[in-house]
Amino acid sequence: MKKKKVYLTLENGDVFQGYRFGADGNAVGELVFSTGMVGYVETLTDPSNLGQIVVQTFPLIGNYGVNENDAESDKAWVSAYVVREYCETPSNFRSEGTLDEYLKKQGVIGIYGVDTRQLTKILRENGVMNARISDKPALDDYDDTAAYAVKDAVKTVAPQTKEYYGDENAIYTVALWNFGAKKSTVAALVKQGCRVISMPASATAEEILATNADGVMLSDGPGDPMENTSIIAEIKKLLGKKPVLGAGLGHQLVALACGAETAKSKYGHRGSNQPVKSLEDGKVYISTQNHGYEIISETVKVGKINFVNVNDGACEGIAYAEQKAFTTQFAPESCNDFCGGKPIFEKFFALMKKEKENA
Amino acid sequence: MPKRSDIKKVLVIGSGPIVIGQAAEFDYAGAQACRVMKSEGVNVVLCNSNPATIMTDKALADEIYLEPLTEETLKRIILKEKPDSLLASLGGQTGLTMGCKLAKSGFLEKHGVKLIGTKLDAIDRSEDRELFKQTMEKINQPCVPSDIAYTVEECVAIANKLHYPVIIRPAYTLGGAGGGVAYNEEELRLISHNGLMLSPITQVLIEKYIAGWKEIEFEVLRDSKGNVLTVCSMENVDPVGIHTGDSIVVAPAVTLSTKEYDMLRTAALSIITELGIEGGCNVQFALNPDSFEYSVIEVNPRVSRSSALASKATGFPIAKVTSKIALGYTLDEIVNDVTGNTYACFEPTIDYLVVKMPKWPFDKFLYAKRELGTRMKATGEVMSIGTAFEMAIMKAVRGAEISTSTMNYKKFVDYTKDELVARLSEMTDERIFVVYAALKKGATVDEVFNITKIDRWFLNKFKNLIKYEEMLATQKLTRELYNEGKRLGYLDKDIAEISGQKIPYRKKAAYKMVDTCAAEFPAKTPYFYSTFDSQEHDEAKPFVEKSGKKRIVVIGSGPIRIGQGIEFDYSSVHCVWTLKELGYEVAIINNNPETVSTDFDTADRLYFEPLTPEDVQHVLDIEKPYGVIITFGGQTAIKLCSYFATHGIRILGTSADSVDAAEDRERFEALLEKYAIPRPKALTVMTKEEALNAAEKLEYPVLLRPSYVIGGQNMTIAFTQEDVCRYMDVILAQGIENPVLCDKYLMGTELEVDAISDGKDVLIPGIMQHIERTGIHSGDSIAVYPPYNLDDTMLEKIIEVSTQLALELKTKGLINIQYLIYRGELHVIEVNPRASRTVPIFPKLRACLWWSLPRRLSSGQNSKNSATARACIRRRRTWQSKCLCSTLKNSTTLTPSSVRK
Repeated sequence: MKKKKVYLTLENGDVFQGYRFGADGNAVGELVFSTGMVGYVETLTDPSNLGQIVVQTFPLIGNYGVNENDAESDKAWVSAYVVREYCETPSNFRSEGTLDEYLKKQGVIGIYGVDTRQLTKILRENGVMNARISDKPALDDYDDTAAYAVKDAVKTVAPQTKEYYGDENAIYTVALWNFGAKKSTVAALVKQGCRVISMPASATAEEILATNADGVMLSDGPGDPMENTSIIAEIKKLLGKKPVLGAGLGHQLVALACGAETAKSKYGHRGSNQPVKSLEDGKVYISTQNHGYEIISETVKVGKINFVNVNDGACEGIAYAEQKAFTTQFAPESCNDFCGGKPIFEKFFALMKKEKENA
Repeated sequence: MPKRSDIKKVLVIGSGPIVIGQAAEFDYAGAQACRVMKSEGVNVVLCNSNPATIMTDKALADEIYLEPLTEETLKRIILKEKPDSLLASLGGQTGLTMGCKLAKSGFLEKHGVKLIGTKLDAIDRSEDRELFKQTMEKINQPCVPSDIAYTVEECVAIANKLHYPVIIRPAYTLGGAGGGVAYNEEELRLISHNGLMLSPITQVLIEKYIAGWKEIEFEVLRDSKGNVLTVCSMENVDPVGIHTGDSIVVAPAVTLSTKEYDMLRTAALSIITELGIEGGCNVQFALNPDSFEYSVIEVNPRVSRSSALASKATGFPIAKVTSKIALGYTLDEIVNDVTGNTYACFEPTIDYLVVKMPKWPFDKFLYAKRELGTRMKATGEVMSIGTAFEMAIMKAVRGAEISTSTMNYKKFVDYTKDELVARLSEMTDERIFVVYAALKKGATVDEVFNITKIDRWFLNKFKNLIKYEEMLATQKLTRELYNEGKRLGYLDKDIAEISGQKIPYRKKAAYKMVDTCAAEFPAKTPYFYSTFDSQEHDEAKPFVEKSGKKRIVVIGSGPIRIGQGIEFDYSSVHCVWTLKELGYEVAIINNNPETVSTDFDTADRLYFEPLTPEDVQHVLDIEKPYGVIITFGGQTAIKLCSYFATHGIRILGTSADSVDAAEDRERFEALLEKYAIPRPKALTVMTKEEALNAAEKLEYPVLLRPSYVIGGQNMTIAFTQEDVCRYMDVILAQGIENPVLCDKYLMGTELEVDAISDGKDVLIPGIMQHIERTGIHSGDSIAVYPPYNLDDTMLEKIIEVSTQLALELKTKGLINIQYLIYRGELHVIEVNPRASRTVPIFPKLRACLWWSLPRRLSSGQNSKNSATARACIRRRRTWQSKCLCSTLKNSTTLTPSSVRK
């Protein structure tokens, strides 16, 4: 098979030559890197990655093939995918096909043969930037590329309809305010014995309260949190009425609703090895994260920061005692004892229990 | 939690002599532990019987006891030194067992000594087979169906219940000693009898043999606060059944999807949490390749061989962090040395692939059984780093010094496909090459998988190499094709050889950094591996360019093998340190993960690379050093000598010509003749006929050995024609480049002299006399210092001859001379113009610091206080003897090591 040359041109003018795999075509997106050594199917299908060209730092991708049950949503959301090497002969008992076939099916452009470490270093030093994939090694459309921004992110990825999951007779019913939740978020709640009512992002506080759920979980999702002005307004109405758990984008939206500010991170946290420390008991959890915006710690006036990133001190969690809410920047879905998820859910359940008893 | 204030004086137990399953990695771990303790202001008392270790250097501990590691000795040391704490989890199984014994007997408590690091109870629950099983059941972690037995009859009863085949695993033994797989009752009786005998508590575990499952390891850490993390996952290329020390291992695991990875990671972390480990720990799993079913095989509640590998593979210093945890620190308080501004409490992520390949001693023991199983047989290992599996395995293979630089093994070239397929079921050290040859001869991936159960992922990667070799052999060697070869890890010489064409141009290597975080954070560690990416982004270059000093490259000693143990790493490290003291900037090239020399803070820059001319040349292209030093890297480094000499690279110390003068038999003989120094009559031969004639001429018995070798590789004493024929048949079958030496065998007294010279003066720190007869290799002999029955005339004679030889060979640095006294006459057996196995013995023995002298001489700086030798030769009241440690219980091999008693 003849290799097809393709170019990845960065907003700063750097050009990387690679070869095509996956779908054909050109793409523009925000170039970000992810440090997870496994989990490419999850990365591709995580709605939070909408509009992004994802670079994998681990050089060998596609080793265990693709199983669509591992997907975090029904489709791949990334704009393009950059790897050093993809595996044409995967090996795993659950593999249904190769990464190449999957990307073709999903219409995602892939590039391989790129020095991904060098690319990562550029992003680390200069921060995330836009990039373009095309057959030409130049940015003749510089303005278009530079101007690219992920817009209406939540609207694009979030489901439009109300959906139900889990056992109807479960002890707790959780309303999941879905801004582009991963399947694993729903699965984690169901696994722990909850009935989940997934509410569209456009739902109002009233509609959510009308579900009569015991608690509300604000999901993760893509894009700039400040874009979601109407959702933030609805959150303000909701806070204090029900126990609230926010994760990822949900965490940021609650903070915005409480008067804090958010900013775009230099290069964000994307990977499964982010250490977060609980300021309540001093324990450290190795968490999974995927975000490019963060809460500016100094602006948190309502609520108390209760988790920080061990590496860079960033705000990783806030507890709002009065509002009966608490939120985390990291993903609590991997709810084993060691990723920080379990204590988060336990706290949420305890809060719902208390509410139930008081009611 | 900050440092505990109740730890002021710590007794550290080392691991003793190198044995199979416990090599130099414990010097590496122990040295880090001592350094951490000292830098924290803790008084360090160290006990280790192995003098060839960095940790037993005065600089690393306050009090050093070179004493045997027995309960009695340790008790005496505790009574004398009165430490308040004992650190046992960094001295391998030996240290751990000793620590446990002392704790259990109540001795520690009585004398107010705390066992720091992992608690006794945790150690027991991981090491004792029965307690371990109970613990795993408690937290619902599946174990392989098994039962404990204390007698052979119990073993038989259990095996009948589990059905054959079963694995026998003795409790509290090292490297799987005494274990094995039994397919029937007869085998079971034999193995379990032996296993029960070797277990210090006469206990074995009989376990269902789950052949064909994947073997996956996790290296995990836990602190006293209960924070846990995974340093690294590892996947064995060989499925369950071959000891992990004998398996080719890749890091990270490559065939696990997120679901399996998370499942096993969670299991590993649950296990160390339940056990209450404090420090580094290794957890081994068997994973059914066709489902999510898994079993916990084993937990090592201490720093191990795998943790050394995981440390070097990720850059995360497990031993250092474990020591800090023992001192009371928690993971979030320990700074990550690699980045300097993040913390140890994170999981390393890497952006390359690591391959570990074992180094087996079978090349030294022609008649040894090559089968691999649950008992470890490898003496050492090499590690390699690449951006692709193909590149990493190629680097590992050529770094292992097994006379091939590709996956094509000479021995199997002429085999047919059927012959190769028939051999696939033999689990030997050569199987990986049989697999490759079989695939090359047309066996399908499935065919090979069904027999070997080696995951198809690896087999397909081999297919990639095979496809490339086919392209090379049939197509025009374009730049593109050449570049592809470099990406896959081929040397220029192999590309040229396989294609039969001249290479179009020479692509230079670009170095990338090992930084624990896949470039997410800027790193400070000058720890590099080669790639063939654009040189523009070379990460070593900025470091080199910053250097204002004169640069020197030190060649390391490669994998640990019989005859080339930790001594050479010890020498290399001292060489680096001395050069740094002298104001040079030093880079080291080595590929042995078990060593102090491959710690990223030993030299100014570390290149983790195989030690072949091309790999070394790539480093030199970047470093552009003033010169290279080869005399401390054993035979591995000496082999590069002629390359350097012919490529205009300055060799510091003894010249290539002098090395050749000592190694080349004819030149050497001429030299001896010049001074009328006798040596046993010898002839060089290339064929069986020549050998028989030579033996006839010299008269039996004769000593046969190949030239240019170390550690008596394939040495034998032949008494009859039959012996000669048998020897030559085997040796010629492997293909030889240099002639075989046939020496007249003289039975007499053997002596060994290490001397240092600057080309003008000669310093002889001591003479060692062997107790065993000649013909027993010097590395296997008990030696005493000073000599016990030589008169002054003979001593004078030895000094005279040694001085003559050292000067005549223009030695600049160390020289090792072996003598033989036969009927009152001094004969020279051989001369090695380089650091020898015995070098580390003298500095310790003499308790004087002449040690730093040779390096100064090697680097060309003159020494004023040489020639003070004669006076120091005798005048010692105590006799120090070097005795060997055999590992007969492990296998049929014999591992010499330098243990002083």
